[in-house]
Amino acid sequence: MKKVLALLLAVVMIFALAACGQSAAPAPTPAATEAPSEEPAAEAPAEEAPAEEAEPAEAPEVEVMSYADYVAADLDTEVTVETYVQDKQGWWNDQATFYTQNEDGAFFLYNMPCSQEEYDALVPGTKIRVTGYKSEWSGEVEIIDISSFEVIEGDTFVAGPVTLDSIYGTDQLADFMNQRFSLSDVTIVAKTDESTGEELAFFYDWDNSGAEKQDADLYFDGSVNGETFTFVVEYYLRGEDSDVYQTVKNLKVGDVIDLEGFLYWYNGPQPHITAVTVK
Amino acid sequence: MRRRKLRMLALLLLAALLLSGCHGAREQTAFALPETFDDGEQIELVFWAKNDTNKAQTEIYQKAIRDFEALYPNVHVSIRLYTDYGKIYNDVITNIATDTTPNICITYPDHIATYLSGENTVLPLEDLSKDPRFGMGGSELRFDGPRLDEVVPQFLNECRLGGALYALPYMRSTEACYVNKTFVEKLGYELPEVLTWDFVWEVSEAAMKKDASGNFALNGQKVMIPFIDKSTDNMMIQMLKQKNAGYSTDTGDILIFNDTTKDILRTLSVHAATGAFSTFKISSYPANFLNAGQCIFAIDSTAGATWMGCDAPLLDISADQIVRFETAVLPVPQADPEHPSMISQGPSVCVFQKENPQEVLAAWLFAQYLLTNEVQVAYAETEGYVPVTRKAQESGEYQDYLARRGEDNREHYAVKIDASRLLMENTEYTFVTPVFNGSTSLRDAAGQMIENVVKSTRRKEKVDDAYLEKLFADVRALYRLDQTGGRPAGVSGADLGPLPTTAVLLLSGIGAAWVLMGLALLIERWKKKKR
Repeated sequence: MKKVLALLLAVVMIFALAACGQSAAPAPTPAATEAPSEEPAAEAPAEEAPAEEAEPAEAPEVEVMSYADYVAADLDTEVTVETYVQDKQGWWNDQATFYTQNEDGAFFLYNMPCSQEEYDALVPGTKIRVTGYKSEWSGEVEIIDISSFEVIEGDTFVAGPVTLDSIYGTDQLADFMNQRFSLSDVTIVAKTDESTGEELAFFYDWDNSGAEKQDADLYFDGSVNGETFTFVVEYYLRGEDSDVYQTVKNLKVGDVIDLEGFLYWYNGPQPHITAVTVK
Repeated sequence: MRRRKLRMLALLLLAALLLSGCHGAREQTAFALPETFDDGEQIELVFWAKNDTNKAQTEIYQKAIRDFEALYPNVHVSIRLYTDYGKIYNDVITNIATDTTPNICITYPDHIATYLSGENTVLPLEDLSKDPRFGMGGSELRFDGPRLDEVVPQFLNECRLGGALYALPYMRSTEACYVNKTFVEKLGYELPEVLTWDFVWEVSEAAMKKDASGNFALNGQKVMIPFIDKSTDNMMIQMLKQKNAGYSTDTGDILIFNDTTKDILRTLSVHAATGAFSTFKISSYPANFLNAGQCIFAIDSTAGATWMGCDAPLLDISADQIVRFETAVLPVPQADPEHPSMISQGPSVCVFQKENPQEVLAAWLFAQYLLTNEVQVAYAETEGYVPVTRKAQESGEYQDYLARRGEDNREHYAVKIDASRLLMENTEYTFVTPVFNGSTSLRDAAGQMIENVVKSTRRKEKVDDAYLEKLFADVRALYRLDQTGGRPAGVSGADLGPLPTTAVLLLSGIGAAWVLMGLALLIERWKKKKR
C-alpha cells in the first residue's frame, strides 16, 4: 500500500512540476516594432549563408540624391542624401536635431536617431549619408523619420555664411532654407508686452511676454530692408552661457546688429541665431 | 521651434512613465488634521503651476498668492511656473523619491495616478473637504470658498481615483470644432448645430477640388487641408466613445485594439490619402491654417480659442496671411448627434503630504483658495476655460463677462466666449477616460495610431489588415501596454481575473499531494489500530 501511495504521490508531483514547466515553453514571436535601428543600415549583418559559400556581403545599392533632386522630390517620399554636419542640438533619448549642409544646399535633420557617443562624434564638418522622409512642417522643409545614417570618413566641409542682405524678405529667400547665413545692419524693433504695455528688445519663449524664465528661447524682432522679422536664439542650440544668448539679453531697442545663424522656417523665415555683434 | 519642445517633452513624459516604476516610493505618515491653524508658525509653501502662453495667467496666480498671504500672514507661497504639464509631472515623479515634492501642484488626474505609487504621497481630500472647520466652505476659512456641493459634480468626479478624492478641479475645457462658416456655405452646405463625422468628411472632400491653374477652387491658394485635428489622442478617444467601442476598463485593462479602432483608422486613411485630413504633428497648428483660409474644420481645445479666427487676439502668422471669414464654434463632430459625447479636460490641483501637519493644512487652505470666485473668474476669462464651481459660473461678474460677448476682440473676444459657453452648455455630455497607472501611455498610444496611419498613407503605404495588425503590435510594445492594467489608481486588491491554466494545474497538484499524504496517514493509523 505504501508503495502504491508513494508512486501516486510521485506521479502527482511530476504532474504539478510539469505544469510549472509549461511557462517556460517558447512564447509566440512578437511582431517586430517600427522603431528605427540605432545602427546604420549599411552596417547591419548580412543574412547568413553556408560557410563554404560565404562571400563578402555587399551593401545594397543606395541612390544618393543631389540637392536639386532633393528639392524636386515630392513631400512624404523617402530620400537619401550626403551632407555635412554644421551644428546640432537637443540630444535626448537617443535622438537629436542636426543642421547640415553640402556645397549645394542645406538639409535640416529632425530628431535623427543616434546614441550619445554618435552625437558627440558628429562634429561640424563630418560627412554623413542619411535616409529618411522629406517632410514639411509650418513651411519648414526637413528630413524626418530617419531610418539610417552613416558617417563617411575622409571628406569634411564647414559652410561659410551666405550673405542674405539683399534678398531677405523676398521670395528668393526660401531657396536658402536651413543654410548658414549672415545679415548686416539689422535694427532691433520693440516687442510690446501686451499685459504691461512695456516695450522690450526681446521676449523669453513664445508667450508674448517679457517675463524671465529658465531654459527659455529668446525671440527678438529686427528690421531688414524696411520689413520686420523675428529671430530666435534656441536654448538647446545656444544655451544661457553662450555669448549670443547673453548678447541678446543685453540688446536694446534701436540697437544695430550683425547676425549669423541658420535659416530655419516657421510660417516664413524665423532663423536660429548663433552669433550677434552689436555695432 | 515650438513643436520641437512639445515633442521633446512628450518623450520626456514617456521616459518618466517608464522610469516611474523604478523609483523607490517614499512613504509619508498619514495626515492628521490639527485642531487649530497655528498663526505663530512660519510656513513656507511651494506651488508648482503652469501658465499657458498667457502672461495674465501668471499674474492671476501671483495675485492669488498675495491675497492669500494677506489672509494668512505667517504663510509664504513660492510659485514655480512651468510651460508644460509633462515637465511638472516629470519633476514630481523625480521629487517623490527624495521627498521634495511641492506642497501644491497643478496637474492632471492621470498624473496623480502615478504619484499615488508612493504610500501617503498625495493628500486624500474626501474627508478633509467635508470637515466643518477647515473643509470646503468651513467655518474656520478666512475667505469665501465654495462648498463641496458647489463644485460642478462632473468635474469633481474626474478627481476621484479608485472612488477617493485626490484633487480638486481647477479649470475645465473641452475640445471644439472651429469652423470657417463662410467656406462651408460657399461650398453650398448649411452648417448644422451639431456636426456629424459624415458631414465633415463630405464637406472636406468637396473642398479638395482644384481649378485649372492647380489652385484649390475654394480659396485660390496652393494649400488647403480642410480638416486638421490638434490632438489625435483626444480624437481617437472621442470617436471610440461615440461608437461605444472599447478603450480601457476602469481597472486598466486595455481594450483599444479592437475592430472599431481599425474601422476608424481605415476611414482616416481614406481622407488622408486625398489630403482632406491631417494632424498638428504632421502639418502644424490648426489655427494657423484656419486663419490663413487653408482649413475649414479646425479641432482644438476651447482653452486655445484666443488663437482661433481672423480677429483672434493671438496670431502666429503674419497679418498679410490672414483671410476674412466667419468663425463658428461647434462641438466636435459626432457619430450620433442625438447623443453627443465630448471629452472633459483641464488642470486639477492636488496637495502633497508632508511631515508637518500645519504645513499640510496651509497647503490645503491655499488649494481651496484657488477655487474662490476671484481666482476662478479671473483665470477663466484669460482663455476659453470654464470655472469649476457653480458659485463662480453663476456669479454676477462672470455672467456680465459672458453677456459682453464680442464687445471687443481681446477680453470679450466672441470666439473665446463661445468656446466657454460650449462647455457650459454641454457639461452633461462630457466624459473622461479611466485613470490608472499607465493610462497616460494608453492615451499616447491612441494618438500615435492615428499619426502613424496618416503618415503611412501620405507615403503611399497600404493601410490594410496586415498593416493594422502590425500597428497594434508595434504600439502595444512601444507604450508597454502589455505591462499596464489590472489595478486602478489608489485601489488595492482589484479583481485580477481568472488564474492561468498552469497555475490551476500546479495548485491542484499540490492540493492532491496533500490529500494523498493525509490519506496515507489515516490508513497507517487505521492499520495500527486494527493490529
